[in-house]
Amino acid sequence: MVEVQFRFRDDEAVNDPAVTVDSFAEQSNATAVRIEPGDDARTLLPQLDRLSLVEVNFPAWTDGRGYSSARILREAGYKGEMRAVGDLVIDMLGHLQRCGFDAFAPDKALNPTDAQNAFGRWDNVYQATVVDGRQAIWAKRHPA
Amino acid sequence: MYKYDEYDQQMVDVRVEEFRDQVRRRLSGELTEDQFKPLRLQNGLYLQLHAYMLRVAVPYGTLSSVQMRLLGDIADKYDRGYGHFTTRQNIQYNWIKLEDTPDILAELAKVEMHAIQTSGNCIRNISSDQFAGAAADEIIDPRPYAELLRQWSSFHPEFLVLPRKFKICVIASDTDRAAMRLHDIGIKMVKNDAGEIGAQFYAGGGMGRTPMIAPMIREFVPLDQLITFSEACLRVYNRYGRRDNKYKARIKILVHELGRDEYVRQVEEEFAHLLTQPIEPPLAELERIKAHFADPAFEAGLSEELDLSDPDFRLWVGRNTQAHKQAGYVVATISLKPVGGIPGDATADQIRLMADLGRDYSFDELRVTHAQNIVLPHVRKADLYTVWKALDDAGLATANLDTVGDIIACPGLDYCSLANARSIPVAQKISERFGSAERQAQIGELKLKISGCINACGHHHAGHIGILGVDKKGLENYQLLFGGSEGADTSLAKIIGPGFTEDGVVDAVEKATEVYLANKQGEERFLDTYRRIGMDPFKEAIYG
Repeated sequence: MVEVQFRFRDDEAVNDPAVTVDSFAEQSNATAVRIEPGDDARTLLPQLDRLSLVEVNFPAWTDGRGYSSARILREAGYKGEMRAVGDLVIDMLGHLQRCGFDAFAPDKALNPTDAQNAFGRWDNVYQATVVDGRQAIWAKRHPA
Repeated sequence: MYKYDEYDQQMVDVRVEEFRDQVRRRLSGELTEDQFKPLRLQNGLYLQLHAYMLRVAVPYGTLSSVQMRLLGDIADKYDRGYGHFTTRQNIQYNWIKLEDTPDILAELAKVEMHAIQTSGNCIRNISSDQFAGAAADEIIDPRPYAELLRQWSSFHPEFLVLPRKFKICVIASDTDRAAMRLHDIGIKMVKNDAGEIGAQFYAGGGMGRTPMIAPMIREFVPLDQLITFSEACLRVYNRYGRRDNKYKARIKILVHELGRDEYVRQVEEEFAHLLTQPIEPPLAELERIKAHFADPAFEAGLSEELDLSDPDFRLWVGRNTQAHKQAGYVVATISLKPVGGIPGDATADQIRLMADLGRDYSFDELRVTHAQNIVLPHVRKADLYTVWKALDDAGLATANLDTVGDIIACPGLDYCSLANARSIPVAQKISERFGSAERQAQIGELKLKISGCINACGHHHAGHIGILGVDKKGLENYQLLFGGSEGADTSLAKIIGPGFTEDGVVDAVEKATEVYLANKQGEERFLDTYRRIGMDPFKEAIYG
């Protein structure tokens, strides 16, 4: 199993084996699911309550569908672990985090110093993505 | 024009540091070229045939004189003394050293410029009408909306690795000067029956190997839903755009394969969901941005008189200036298409001179056009002769706007690693063939566009006459197309028959103009005559 190299959660790590999106509906005791790039994350919405781990696979980091999958689940209120796995590159870590990922299991371990720099790179952001809890620049410009 | 606040400045500064770090990791070997490539591409850095090429963003084509001057200085310091203005209203430098790029970006950041997302599979620089804020026919200045979208699209975490590049254009007049419907998303600012301003959305246009004209996908998006609707369009594309074949990955293919109605249904569903998410900036933010685009302090009651006794000046005024919304002013276009020149190129000295003219005679503003020219948007008629004299002395007063000499051409095989054929020499030969001002005046408006490969960076599909360079068994060959238009009457050009050699295509263009002049009725342009009489008379003359 690929190791989680970075995790931004206080709860205990979930290590249940993740089932595919297709089989999740029938596996009524499964608590972990793995989303592949072509999967529709919205099919999971009726069963969000019993999920505690969502793995989103990036076979190639240049395929960005997983960013939408993560945000869709967070927008629907998913609070469990959202783990990015696969071909993760340092420069995208901060963006993954903003889409709702809070655990990272890269195929190949990343340089920890460079990775920490990447997570902390942006003090400010232009967009409100809801899921990262950060205030967008426009919100700072116009405090309520 | 828009001025950065502390946040905007911080964003570009952080980006410079991030890129410096990426270059460091590349130079140290920590990153392979394969790993580095998608990263540098997000920052406008291409590896071309001979060197690195850096593309600097000019958001919606608007520049201050200080910014323009720096573009000239960079050309001197880091390139070979010139820059190339592009069809995306940007500027490219063709002879850049990788190790210099962080310093170039740092210099740009000091004047509120950057190269963010000028390439790569992300939302690119947002283009607009080069006459925005000056044109007599616009309903509102489109640039505040473009700026709002610029900020939203900069480092948008969900949309940095899209299936393919994504180009957005915003206009606000019926005369389309920015090829709006040939963009991935085209936005036309409109007024509804209640007199409110909103955004009309078009999606799925583009050129490349499968040219498509974008269908309208929503008649009216209220201003306080502009970002949310854009986000819905992008999310559907990011999730369902094809990723199995890069030539079928643009949104135009998705819209085409789903059908416009199904794409619209999916967008509306996503839009309804996203409206429940607090992602839309308040209208106060749009108002803040709009304040930056307030009219400059135009003088009232200026004379409309122009002394046209100098015949060369008269020719230039007739060809290269447009009506301004303010009495006593004109919009002046500086042609970067001298006879025999490279379309869109300007030397460092020319760039600095244009900067000075912008500062002294155009309220500190300049524009880059998608036709690779420069605009002085607000010139007093009383100053126009002085401006023209200065341009003329610098070789910048070619009076050929929108004529056969005002050619759009991509860099082609002289620079580009994707090209099949050279574009620049063809452009040079055509502009020389039609070099005489009288002849250009006789032929009138004729938009000629040349691409060196099927990717269509030279917009050949949208040319009244388009030329496409292809590789035919190792020889450069040129296909000729007629009948394209990027204006409000958008149409795609059609191939007329077998291709030509470089000289042959120049001859064929000349014959086409002869057919036009022989058949022209009244005030018809080449395009009008072609649309009326069809392709056959042209084919007969050209292929005999």
